[in-house]
Formats: sequence, structure tokens, C-alpha cells
Amino acid sequence: MGTIFFLILFPTVVAILLLVLKADAARDIVVKIACAAIAAGSIYLAVQYFTKGTQYFDFESHAVNMTMMVIEIILAVIIVVLAIRYKKILAAILAIAQTPLVCWFELTKGHDIEVANNLYFDRLSMIMVLIIGIVGSLICLYAIGYMKDFQHHHAGAPDRRPWFFFLLFLFLAAMTGLVTSNNLIWMYFFWEITSLCSFLLIGYNGLFHKEENEDKVATNNAFRALIMNLGGGLGFAVAIVYLGTYGGTIELNKLLAMGNASQVAVIVAAFLAFAGITKAAQMPFNSWLLGAMVAPTPTSALLHSSTMVKAGVFLIIKLAPVLNGNYAGFMTMMVGGITFLLASFSAISQSNGKRVLAYSTIANLGLIVVCGGIGTAGAVWAGTMLIIFHAVTKSLLFLCVGTAEHNVGSRDIEDLDGLFGKMPRLAMFMMIGIAGMFLAPFGMLISKWAAMVAFVNAPSMFGFENILLIGIICFGSAATAFYWVKWLGKMAAVVAGTKNIQQNVHGSEWFAQGTLVALTIIVCLLFPFISSKIIVPYLNETFGGIADLAISSTNMIIMCIMVAVILLLIVFFFGRTNKKIVNIYLSGVNEGDNLQFEDAFKAPKPLALRNWYMDSYFGEKKMNVIGDILSSVAIIYVLGMIIGFVIGGIGGGM
Amino acid sequence: MNGYVTMIIFVVAYLVLAPFVGGLLAGIDRKITARMQGRVGPPILQPFYDVGKLFEKEPITVNKVQDFYVLCFFIFILATGAFFFAGLNLLLVIFTLTIASVFLIVGAFSSNSPYAQVGAERELLQMMAYEPMVLLTAIGFYIFSGSFDVSAIVNLSGMPFFYLIGIFVGFVFILTIKFRKSPFDLSMSHHAHQELVKGLVTEYSGKTLGLIEIAHWYENIFLLGFVFLFFCNGTWWGYLIGVVVCLAAYFLEVLIDNSFARMKWQVAINSAWIVALCLGIGNLFILKFLLMV
Amino acid sequence: MAYVTKSPWVIHYDGSSCNGCDIEVLACLTPMYDVERFGIINTGNPKHADVFLVTGSVNEQNKEVVKQIYEQMPEPKAVVAIGICACNGGIFKECYNVQGGVDTVIPVDCYVPGCAARPEAIIDGVVAGLGVLAAKREAMAKGGSIPAPEAPAEEGKEEA
Repeated sequence: MGTIFFLILFPTVVAILLLVLKADAARDIVVKIACAAIAAGSIYLAVQYFTKGTQYFDFESHAVNMTMMVIEIILAVIIVVLAIRYKKILAAILAIAQTPLVCWFELTKGHDIEVANNLYFDRLSMIMVLIIGIVGSLICLYAIGYMKDFQHHHAGAPDRRPWFFFLLFLFLAAMTGLVTSNNLIWMYFFWEITSLCSFLLIGYNGLFHKEENEDKVATNNAFRALIMNLGGGLGFAVAIVYLGTYGGTIELNKLLAMGNASQVAVIVAAFLAFAGITKAAQMPFNSWLLGAMVAPTPTSALLHSSTMVKAGVFLIIKLAPVLNGNYAGFMTMMVGGITFLLASFSAISQSNGKRVLAYSTIANLGLIVVCGGIGTAGAVWAGTMLIIFHAVTKSLLFLCVGTAEHNVGSRDIEDLDGLFGKMPRLAMFMMIGIAGMFLAPFGMLISKWAAMVAFVNAPSMFGFENILLIGIICFGSAATAFYWVKWLGKMAAVVAGTKNIQQNVHGSEWFAQGTLVALTIIVCLLFPFISSKIIVPYLNETFGGIADLAISSTNMIIMCIMVAVILLLIVFFFGRTNKKIVNIYLSGVNEGDNLQFEDAFKAPKPLALRNWYMDSYFGEKKMNVIGDILSSVAIIYVLGMIIGFVIGGIGGGM
Repeated sequence: MNGYVTMIIFVVAYLVLAPFVGGLLAGIDRKITARMQGRVGPPILQPFYDVGKLFEKEPITVNKVQDFYVLCFFIFILATGAFFFAGLNLLLVIFTLTIASVFLIVGAFSSNSPYAQVGAERELLQMMAYEPMVLLTAIGFYIFSGSFDVSAIVNLSGMPFFYLIGIFVGFVFILTIKFRKSPFDLSMSHHAHQELVKGLVTEYSGKTLGLIEIAHWYENIFLLGFVFLFFCNGTWWGYLIGVVVCLAAYFLEVLIDNSFARMKWQVAINSAWIVALCLGIGNLFILKFLLMV
Repeated sequence: MAYVTKSPWVIHYDGSSCNGCDIEVLACLTPMYDVERFGIINTGNPKHADVFLVTGSVNEQNKEVVKQIYEQMPEPKAVVAIGICACNGGIFKECYNVQGGVDTVIPVDCYVPGCAARPEAIIDGVVAGLGVLAAKREAMAKGGSIPAPEAPAEEGKEEA
């Protein structure tokens, strides 16, 4: 338990320290040491409880509860003040709606509810802690070099890096708390902190800036994120109050123990799933994650891969046992499925690298959400695998795009022409990341495979939704392959005469990316081990055993062998040839350098190649409108029914 | 133990025989095509001569990495077929096929040649067009048989075809794309030399091109294996029907090839997705309710 | 025997032909003559081609293109000049804007005269080119490099 406290408190202390440290050199050292300590701490925590299974900690302190409540109230006040200052009244209303609700509950009914265990640590938490601790701290490490460049590129703006690093580390602390809290009020507390941190990080270029420096888009996007997440937070608050009032508990494990047939559990699960959906940026709430792209890249990486959105899917995966086969689950899987399909389509039409990544994040989260919504052991297996692979590869890709942006001057995929020559190492890293995202035998595809099997096997409520989901995953994965391969191709293109410019990249950036590449490969090679030693035991505890794994161990071993074969092929054959190298075919009018051809007037013309975006098919706007409508219908249908039921119940009770 | 021996025999037989059968089929294809056009046509063994010739050519390449991608393509196509004939999981087979195709496409991209890239983009589009149907086919087999393993499907007692007619038709439809036949020979074809030179394979030559050709023979045999699977019912006459239908399907593709002009890519993706949606998913619904009753 | 003689893939380039010879080249592909009988395929890609068919004379505009296509063909390769214009410039020989036959730019292995060259003659020309291919292939197989092409133009012209 001490390690958990360390992982929550230490980053907080570091964060405050970084807030007051102004010198670059001192900050670098503190960040490096803190990152190492957090990563080591999370690994130690995992090792500590590796053999012990699920642990509950009965740490009980009135002071802690009170402190949390005070902080919550302060946060709400800050939000209200900022909302009024920037004329975003909706944010104020949402904050005013929920914080008093929770405080009131805590002081009255909640006071009498005996909380046996405030903290816990099981294997799902272990996975999350490792992701937060390792991937999260790598991103912080990367931020050292990146933010130097960033400050350099934004010469006019005041140096607010202390603030930035403060938020990053606070985020890590809150996330660790979130995944280890058994007391839902505690979890809600951390949940709100992540919402607020992400709000401030997204608004880094806008909030608190003087008029002339303010990036209006950043401010607006930050508020959009805040409003949507507060909306989810409201759902969370309602869930806590309902659970406390009708279930007589506010503990997560007791909620899960109620099972998927309990009415209270289903209602609570529906509201919590709603909160998860907003945080995981599912349609119709996906716009906040896209808006988050205005922030510096480490923010995007952090929000997308290891924290924030992962909090949403973590909650949904955690709730899987109570989502299985009821209306709450139905809502969750429909929203997830619709999001997966349409976000995958949207990604095709994007040329901005970060937006492609954003849409693919939304799509992948959609898939995880579906897995949670289905809620069978097989689906949760797939969902957990997706979380792991997505965290590692997506952060790698974000960090690569960030570096490319600073060195090439653009984050547009079309401008990354010839990256293979300009920054070979970065291009290789990106290719590995992309391969990890969708290509067999690398991770992500394994999870998709398992998800597909889980969908077929899942018991069906209405008889049609499984096949619908199968259709969605079939079409969605086809689209996924399309947009990744065209990016991969762009990276792989060998453009003649490009100059190597990668020596300008900071060492901390290489270190972070290199480690993530190593992690990607290690995870791909070791995933059968992760499955059998971590996920399967978790499923055994939660679902009372898993009938059969979607992917038999033989197939897993085959996949691992394939990864190994590819690695060996790369080592022995990549870039080696003793053939004569000749020019490409340009209808006989190649100017001799592969870069220009001779036009009809005998003048040299540069050669430029562009990708397909198929806007008329997969235009972003169209996809978003369709997705928003469909997912809203699913949410409104189920939540409306539940709210009606709740109000009816309360009215009847009176 | 016995199972492993059979498995190894099948894999070895596939690896050794598939290029011969595939090449022969390609030769017959060209002969039939010629006859349909009122020509004499090349010798049946012409594809082997072609590949033999390609291996005799001077080795050239446009960059240092292209051959690596083709090598990977070749290895993974072989792996795809080997997994299939070893009776392994259908999804594993499909995903291995995807990775193989991706290597070929990335290789074409790596040349940074306009013709190769147009071909690569079109190939990618075709991949997007046919992939849903292929996956749905595997799912169909699974719902019907309760297993993704080819070895289990082969020994079923009922013939999957009767339950999966829609999926079968859909699969034969996308076979046109996979065999690179008109109207969907968008990315490369034996006749393409107008607007995209030779598309995907423009920058490959000599041995590398020969390797791609052999890989396609392997791939074709594997795809016909898929068709065969629809007719397996564990008896010799089921297998016989399977082989006959495979040949008929191949002939049908040749016929389609000769009766259509090449169409726009929009037609390819629209039609393939509509087919997957209607025939594929429609069939799954029917199957689900059939099995429920 | 070398496989190359059984599967000569051709690329056809129109220098400045009046289209007469071009049409005759294409006529070879029709069912009437059906050169695919001999494994001949029109590839349109120098990197896949073994035989280079050129029609029409060479001039300032296209000589670089002819050269480049020739250079992009992997060995063993053969060049067949089709029609009298390709052989030596034909009736345009003395024009101020014509350089002359194909052999002023690249080494030619077979000459098929005619205006226009008849399909039978073209097929004969290609078949004669096969001999050149076989010889080059043999030289390659022996490990030696391919004999450097003789300087263009000055050699005796053989009738195909």
C-alpha cells in the first residue's frame, strides 16, 4: 500500500517542486530523476503484488476524505471563476451541479456508509499502473527536449514550462489514484482532477495568456474538453449518489459483486459507463479529443495513450461484469461500435498526422468500449490487450510526429516526404509504431482478432447486435488498414537526394522513443506471457474463469514466431543489396535524379506524389454527423429509459 | 502424433506443388483467354518460361530496401498458404495474408515512383474493398462449424455451402479482385500498360518480379483452397465437388476477365462493400436464425 | 536453351513514326498474327522488357527518351528497328530536324525495313532478335559481362 501512496504523493510533490523551479538545468534533473523514480516505483509495485492477486487495503482516514472534499470544492470554484472569466457558462453550471451534489451526499448519507476498503490493487490496476508509470514518465522525459524547442518556436510567449510540467506530473499522480481507488468518491476525486488537468493542458497556449498572446482556439477547445468531461463527471456523481442511496455502498468491488442482473448495479453502471464514454472521447463526445491537438505534443501523447482517455476505458473495462447482457452494456457497445467504425473512416480523410492519430485513438478506444460493453471474459481479454498495445504504440507515434514537426516544420503527412532519408531513425520508429498499430503479427491486430471472436461468441440480447458488431469490426478494420498503410508507405518512400537532419533531435526525445520502440517489440514478443500471467488470472477472479481463450496458445506462439521472423529478416536483409541501383521509370523523361522529369518544353519539373483521402466517401464532417446522431440515439434511448425508471422509482417510493 | 504427420505432409505438399499447379492454372488461363479471343495462345507452360526468363535477367533495383519488402511478401504468402493447409486458424491465415499484401504495397511505395505508387494506392483500395468479405467468410465458417480451424471445418458432417450460399457468392465476387481480373484489375494486371504502366510492380524487375509471380501462384492456390472449404463434408465426394467447383470458379473468373472492361475504382469499392454488406452480413443473420431454430 | 527466347517481352516506342508501322506492330497482337503464341507480350515497361521495338526516326526531341528507355531495360536485351524510318531515317533522312535511324542513338540488333513494315516481317525481326538475346544470355551465364555494345551505326545492316 505504501508504494501506491508513493506513486500518488511523489508525483504531486515533484509537480509542486517543478512549479517553483525556474531554471532549465534544475528542471531537467528533477524531471529525469522523478521519471526514473516513478517508473521504478510502478515496476516495484507490480512485482510486489505480482503473486498476490487482488489486494484490498482498508486504509481509513477521515482527514483524507475531508481534504479531498475541500480540494474538490476549491476545484469547482476555480472552474466557476474561469468559466465566468471566459464566458463559458455551461462549464460553470455543470460544476455547480455536481460538486455540491457529491458534497451533500458525502456529508449526509455517505457519512453513514461504512467503507471497508478505500484502495485496492488487482491485475488490471497493475497493467494501468505500469502504463502510467512507464509510458507516462517517458512522455514527461520527452517533454524536456520538446518543450525547449517549443519555447524556441514560440519566442514571443512567456516561458510557462514550470506550469506545464506541474500539470504533467499532477496528471500522473491523479491517474495512479484513479486506478487504485476502490472508494468511488475517491475515484471521482481523481477523475475530476484529470478533467481539470487536461483542461489546463489543452488550454496551455490560451488560458491565462495576455490578450495578444492568447490562442483563442486553445481556450475554446480547452473549454469544450472541460464541458464534456464535466458532463461525464455529472454522470459519475449521479451514479455515486444512486449507488449510495439504493445500494448502500460506495465501493467498486461491492458494485461489481452485485452482478449484471441487479437493477441498482445496472443503473449505476449505465451512468458510470456514460462518464467513461465522455472521458474516452466516444461519439458524440469525440470532438474534445480532436480539439486537444492544439496543445503541445507531449500533452496529446499523454492524453491519448497512457492517461485521460485510458481512465475512461479503464472504468468501462472494470465495469464489464455488470455491463454484460443488459441495457447499460447495450448502450456501451453500440456507442463503441459506432465510434470505432466512423472514426476509422474519418481517419482516412485526414492528412494532418496528429488528426489521423486522434481519430485512430478514438476508433481504438471505441473497440475497447465495445469489449467492455459486451462484458464477457473473452471480450475483456481483448479490451485489456488493446489498452496495453494502444498505450505503447500510440505514445510512440505521437512522440515521433512531435519530433518530425519540430524538425521538418510540419505535421502534415504529405510534408513528411522523404523522411526515410531525412531522419531515417525517426522513420523507422514511426514504421514500427504504425506496424504495431494494425499489422499482424504485431499487437493491435491480435487484440482485434480476439475482439472479433469475442463478438461472435457473446450471448446476444436482441439477436442482432452481435452480427452488427461483427460487421462493424470487419469494415472498420479494412478502413484501419487503409489509412495506416498509406502512411506507412509515405514513411517507407525512399526519396533521392534527401539530407540527413536527424542530428538536431534532443537526446531525451530519442531515449523516450527508443524505449517505447523496445517496449512495443517486447510487448509483441511477450504477449502470451502477459496474457497467461496477468490477464487470465484477472479474468479468473472477475468472471470465475475464462472458458477458452479467443486465441489458442499455439496461435499466440505462431504470432510471436512471426514477429521474430520479421525482426530477423530486418536484421539480415534490410537495406542490403548488391544489385545495381537504377533510376525509377518516368516514361523515359527522368532527369536522372528521380526527383524531376522533363516536361513538354524540355524544362525540368519536380516530381510530387500525394496520397488518397477519399473525401467524398469518408469526409470527416459527414462521418461525425452520422456518428453523433447514431450514438446519441443509443445513449438517449438507454439513459432516458433508466432516468425514467429512476424517477418513477423515487416517485413511487414517496 | 498422426495429426502432426498429416499436417506436415499437407504443408510440404502445398509448398512443393502449389507453384506448379498455380503456374499451370495460369497457363491454362492464358490459353483459354486466347481461345475466347479467337487466338491460338501461348503454350500451357508459358508462365514457367516467363518466370524462368525473369530469373535470367540482370539484377537491378531502384533502392536498397525494395527487395527486402518483396522477400517478406514472398515469405508471408508462403506462410499464409502453409497455415491454411496445415489446418490452422482461418483468422490467422487471413491476417497473415494481410501482412503479406502490406509488404508488397510498402515495397511499391518505397520506390517513390508515380506509377508504382498509383498502383500501390489502388491495391490498398482493393484491399479495403475485399477485406470485409474475407473476414465475414471466416466468421460464417465459424458460426456454422463452431471453429475457426481449417482442420475442423474440413471434417464437418454437413456441407457449409448450403448454409453459406450468400457468403460463397460474395467470396467468388471478391475473388475477381484477388485474382486481379477485369473489371477489377486496377492495381496491376497482365494487360495493364496504358495508364499505369504496370502499376504496383512497375519498379520490380528480374528475379524480384519472378518472385512476385510465383507468390501469386501460391496465393491463387490458397484462395481456391478457400473455395474448396465451402464443399467439405468429410467425404470423398464432398472433396470431389470442392475440386470441381474450384476449377469452375477459376473458369468463371477467366470468363469474367474476358467479358468486362476495367472499371473505375469507385465501382470496385462500392460493389465489393455492398456485396459484403448484403450477401455477407445478410447470410450471417440468416445463419444465426437458422441455427437458433 | 535460355528461357529468354521463349518469353520475349517487348516494349514499343514510337519515335516519330507516321503511325503506319505502329499499327502494324499492334496488328501482330491481334488474333490474325497472335504473337503471344511465342510468348511475346507487350509490356510497356522497359524494366520488364527484353526486346525494344522502335518505330520512326530519331530526332532532338526524342533521342534522350530512346536512350533512357534502352538504358532502363535490364540485360539481356535486344533492339529491333521497325520500318525504314527507324532503320536509317527513311524519306526524312535529310530533314533538318531528323537525326537519322535509331542506331544513331543506341545499338540496334535487327533492322526491319518497309514502309510500313509488314507484321510478318516484324515477327521475323523479333524472332531474329531472340538469337541476339540467347547469345547475350549465354555470355552472362558464363559469368562474363555482356559484351559492350559496339559503337552505333557503323556496322553492316542485315535483312531480317
